[in-house]
Order: sequence, then C-alpha cells, then structure tokens
Amino acid sequence: MTFTTTKKLVILSAAAAILAAACSSGNATTAPAGSAAAGTAAPAESAAAASCSGHTISLGGLATLEGPFAVPGQDSFRGIEQALNTFATRADKKGWWLGDCEITLTKEGSDATPAVALEKAKKLIEQDNVDILIGPLSGDEGLAIKDYAKTVPDKTFVNGSSAAQDTTFRDPAPNFFRFSTDGAQWQAGLGSYAYKTKNYHNVVTVAEDYSFPYTQVGGFMYEFCAAGGHVIQKNWVPLGTKDYSSVVSNIPTSGVDAIYVALGGSDAINFFTQYAQAGGKAKFIGGSITVDQTVLGTTGAFQDQLVGTITASPTSDTANEPAWNEYVKAYHEQFPDGLPYPGLFALSYYNETVGVLKGLAAVNGDLSNGQQAFMQALAKVAFDGPTGHIALDQNRQAIGPNYVSEIQKGADGKLAAVVISKADNVNQTLGLPADSPYLAQPVSRDFPSCP
Amino acid sequence: MTDFLTVCLNGVTLAALYFIVASGFTLIFGLLRTTNMAHGSLYVLGAYVGVSVVTITGSWWIGLLAGFVAVALIGIAIHLGLLSWMAGQDLRQALVTIGLSIIIADLLLAHYGGITYQIPPPDFVAGSISLPFVVGGQYSAYRLFMIVIAAALGGALWLILNRTRVGMYIRAGIDDRDMLSALGVNVSRVFLFVFALGAGLAGLSGVVGATALSISPGEDGRYLLSSLVVVIVGGMGSLGGAAIGALIIGLAEQIGLFYAPTYSIFITFVIMAAVLAVRPQGIMGRPA
Repeated sequence: MTFTTTKKLVILSAAAAILAAACSSGNATTAPAGSAAAGTAAPAESAAAASCSGHTISLGGLATLEGPFAVPGQDSFRGIEQALNTFATRADKKGWWLGDCEITLTKEGSDATPAVALEKAKKLIEQDNVDILIGPLSGDEGLAIKDYAKTVPDKTFVNGSSAAQDTTFRDPAPNFFRFSTDGAQWQAGLGSYAYKTKNYHNVVTVAEDYSFPYTQVGGFMYEFCAAGGHVIQKNWVPLGTKDYSSVVSNIPTSGVDAIYVALGGSDAINFFTQYAQAGGKAKFIGGSITVDQTVLGTTGAFQDQLVGTITASPTSDTANEPAWNEYVKAYHEQFPDGLPYPGLFALSYYNETVGVLKGLAAVNGDLSNGQQAFMQALAKVAFDGPTGHIALDQNRQAIGPNYVSEIQKGADGKLAAVVISKADNVNQTLGLPADSPYLAQPVSRDFPSCP
Repeated sequence: MTDFLTVCLNGVTLAALYFIVASGFTLIFGLLRTTNMAHGSLYVLGAYVGVSVVTITGSWWIGLLAGFVAVALIGIAIHLGLLSWMAGQDLRQALVTIGLSIIIADLLLAHYGGITYQIPPPDFVAGSISLPFVVGGQYSAYRLFMIVIAAALGGALWLILNRTRVGMYIRAGIDDRDMLSALGVNVSRVFLFVFALGAGLAGLSGVVGATALSISPGEDGRYLLSSLVVVIVGGMGSLGGAAIGALIIGLAEQIGLFYAPTYSIFITFVIMAAVLAVRPQGIMGRPA
C-alpha cells in the first residue's frame, strides 16, 4: 500500500490550484438496481425474510475515494455491496430488501482527513437523511465521526475499517458500533510468538509517526512486554520518509534480536534494503500493512533477510477456510474488476454491513423511537464472518479472529506469508485485564514502554 | 561523534542524489526560463527504463546509459512537439509540463503497476565497505559511489559549460538570449540541446536513485519537490548553486531525521523560507 507523502500533497495541491481541475469525487446515489442480480449465495437466514413493510431503510456509506486510500476506499464499497447482495436480496424483485422494506445506499467519498470525513458524514445524516451510517475508513476519521455521533443520538453509526483504539475503547459513543477489530487487536498473537517461539527478547521499533502505527506498536507491546520482552528503542519517522540511512545508523548494532517495522509498502522496502546494505543482521517483525504483496513481490538483496519475518493481521489471503473461500469466490463473481483478494478494507465494511443487516432483521426493520430497539438489538448481534466469529463487547467493539503469519520461501523461490496460528475471539485488551498498567494510558509515542 | 559523522555522510550521499536530479532541472531553467514541472516524471521514467533494461541485459551501466538516452530522446520530443511552440510563455510551458507529468505518471502506472522496483547495484559496489569512523564500521559502498557519480557529472557539466563552444553559447544564452540570437547563433538548437541534456540527466538520476532507494508511483512529486527546493535554495540556473543547495538540503534532512525525526520535513522548508526571505534569488543565484 502506498502512502503518499506530505510533499506530494503539496505539489498536487499546487498543481490543482493552478489547473483548478476539480474532478468530481465519488458522490453518487446508488439506486438499488440490477447489481443485486449478481447476488449468488441464498443464505438460510436471509435478512429479506424479516417481516418489515412500508418504509425505506436508508444506509449511508462513507469511505475514502480520493488521495492515498482511494483504492482501498473503492474496495470498501465493494464490501458493503457484497453484504447487501448476499443477505438482502429477493428472488422476485430487483434491489435490496428487508422483507418488504427497500434498502437504499447513498455513497460519499472523503479524502482520509477527519475534516472531510466529518463534513461528508454530516451531509449524509443531515441532508440525505440516512438512518444508518457505515464508515469511515481510516483511524483519525473514525475518532472524528465518534465525536459527531454523540451529537446525533437518534441515528446509528457503524464503523467502516477505521482502527484507532480510542474510537471505542475510551469515552465511546453509545450509538457507535464497530464490527471490525482495531489496530492493536490486529497484532494479537504476535508479541507472544516473537518472545516465546522466536526467542526475540530485545526489539527495536521503526514506525511512522501517527495514530495508526502507535496503535499497532502498542498492540505488539501489550503481549511482548507482558511476556518479558524489552523494546529498547523506538524510532518514529515522518510519514513518507524514503531515505532511512540515518534511522538505520541509530539502531544499535548489537544486542538487538529483531526490528519491529510498521511502514507502508514501498517505504518498508527502502528501510529493509538500507538496513541490509548497512550490514544489519537482526530479524524483522512486521505490522499489519508492512509485509504485503508489494514488498514480497519486489526483488532485492533484502529478500533473503525477509524470510522468517513474522507479522499479524485480521485477514490472510492464504487462509484456506471454507467460509473465507466462499467469500472470496462471491467477491470475484460480483466484482470482476476487484482486487486479486478482497483486502482488509473490503472485509471490514462487509462485516459491518452484515452486522447492520442482522440487527435490522432482529427488529424487523423497526427504526422508530430514535432507533432505540434497533441499537439494543445491534449491540447483541453476533455472527460467523468470512474469517471467524464476531461479537461485540460492552463498548460495542468487535471481538474477533486474528492471524499470525510468517514469511517463507516457497518451492518456486517466491516469498509468501504462511499462516502460523489463528487466535479467535480476540478482545480489545488482547486478553489483558481492564486495570492492566499497559492500558492505563492511550497508546502514543512513549506509551506503552518496556525498555 | 561516530553518530554525527555517519549522519553527515548519509546527508552528503543523499545530497549527491539530489544534486544529480537537480542539475538537469537547473540547467533547463537557467537557459530556457522553463520551470519543467515534468522533471520528476522524467526521473521516474528514467528509473523504469533502467529497471527494464537492467532486467534484460543484467548490466547496470547499460541501464544507466539507457535511462539517459531514452529520456533525452523523450525530452527532445517534448521540446520539439510542445514547448518550442510556446517559447517565452513561461506560465503556459509550466502548465503543459504539469499536464505531461500527470500523463507520464499514469502511463507508467498502467504499464508497471503499483509495485515497487529496485535496481541491483553493479557488483563492485554491491556490498558494504569498512569505514572506521561510522557507526558499526561498515558503510554502503553504493552510497559512497553516488558521491563519485555526482562529482564526475558535476565536473563533466562544468567542462561542457566552461570549456566548449556549446557551453559558451549556453552561458551567453543564460545572460541574454536575444543578443545571442542576434549574433547568429541558432538559439533554438542550443535550447533543444540543453533540454535534451537536462531531461537525460533526470533519466540518469532515476537509475541512480532507483538503485540507492527504490522506485514506485508517487516518486515523481517527491523528486520534483526536492529539485525545486534545492534550486530555490541554491539559486535557479546555477550548477554550483545546485551543489550547495543539495548539500544543505541533504544534510538538513538526515540530521533532522536523526536528531528530531518529527520535524525533519519542517526543517527543510524552514531553510527554504529563510533563503527566500533573506536572499530571494538563492545562495548562488543572480538577481533577475
């Protein structure tokens, strides 16, 4: 995944200002039309079986359609539509239905900034009058939408794929629900595996300097520090750094077992290369978006050093489980132009939408009385998603599955991530008690700490 | 102390790359008064050409040459096909090159995809070499080699500019285009030569940069910006200025990244703002 740099944004905004070329953003109301015909599975507990009648249920979808996350944003909307196509279709009518209530979807695109996400959410809620908002995509956006949700208590907000911890963990909004796990949960299993199986006792971290990597490093450290490990140094680099030579110089040359790297795609490649060129010998541990296909597919001197890198994520392309395979098959049938595998973002939005449909079915589409009955039902929704069982905790935050993978060299000489273990029912504290000192403060540059 | 020396060496080697990229940019601006906003795209184009050629031939040197020649030819096409039609209209030329940069970036994205590529360095600088005063005692040989390339290119450009007839025309053209034309020199041909040379240097630097770092979509904006900052600090149109500007920016980036990572981008722009405030023409630039 490519994270565009601030610098590029400067250039692009300059160029845009000069050209005044305003491309229309993704701002379209999808009529629930023939797309539903693509629905394949006819699940037994289809939401269409509910006895709803008379009114329209209006969903709003919010994802990123501009900027560095535009491609994931497109995939997010595929996730919403796939859930609707799978669980909200009727044989006798086109469109999406809950019983005799038609479901409509209004889409809005943001640019991954909290300000724009907030503006678009307000537009969907206040002008388009959607009943339920599904989104947003990225961490800082999620925090902004949570705060907005508190001001509109009679509407329901369901997360998209945003993964900041405090969207639900501290000071949650009573009408904000998240059926996807957060960035710390995405690291579940990694810290213990690193310490106990890999025998990494002293680790240095290199990560980008914003909220999502803080959460990822925090999630890794919860387990790693609790197991007895030491994070002897943390390097926070500006987003989009390309020349890591001085960061590499800063890493101790002895006494480091592994380097935890949370950098996006090509930036990670630069770091790995420069570390190898400088003669570094430590092993690597990867964040959830560090060792993706972009990195594994790149040839270079660092490749041999990548073998044995461990990483953790809520999805695994190679997880050979029946529910996952069925989900991937339906994704490809419905979206021939989709990605090779539905990613983290499509899966998150899919699960959120499935949760909404289950909640709606439980109350027969009743959104009256400030949606009180619906919200109560939604908080109790639990289901088996493509990767495993998902339920909500008391903060309406998902408890779900997570994978630990290791990079191995296949018979064809290519690197691939192989699933080592899967943890089910990972909660937001990664199993730590609520009064654990590791949870005393929000994750940040300096917290948690175990030097 | 070894920390500081290592970081300074990192800064100087990064400066070498910045200088190679910015030298073509400043040449083109010096003579043609064209802010070539497609310079970053030409860098990326050269890098991708280098990737393809090195993959096929296995030779880094052929890749370097191919990067230079291919992008120089593209530069000739751009100049003949577009820019020469609007000679002297600076703003229009800048807009056309912005358009070109977008087209080139999208074509490259369509062909090469979003994957990150790296060019393996030539064998004799593939590993690291012992340096007593750096952290760990080892330093990447290729990064040191970049200083050699930058020095060689800087020297060659200096010779061309100061010891050849074409160089004399170029220097005269920087001072007074109209007078040069009046003296019977075919100015448009000199312009074409300089544009091709500048574009070729961008392509060559792409190969050098893709070997040191990597190449992926989005790098164009990054190197255009670094070139802009380098020549704004050093002085538009001055080769020595580009060298000084590259050194200042390279050192500032690396020292900033080491001692104050959060503010390292900020430091670069503070330097640029300070230069613009105190000496708007740049350190080596002449007042317009």
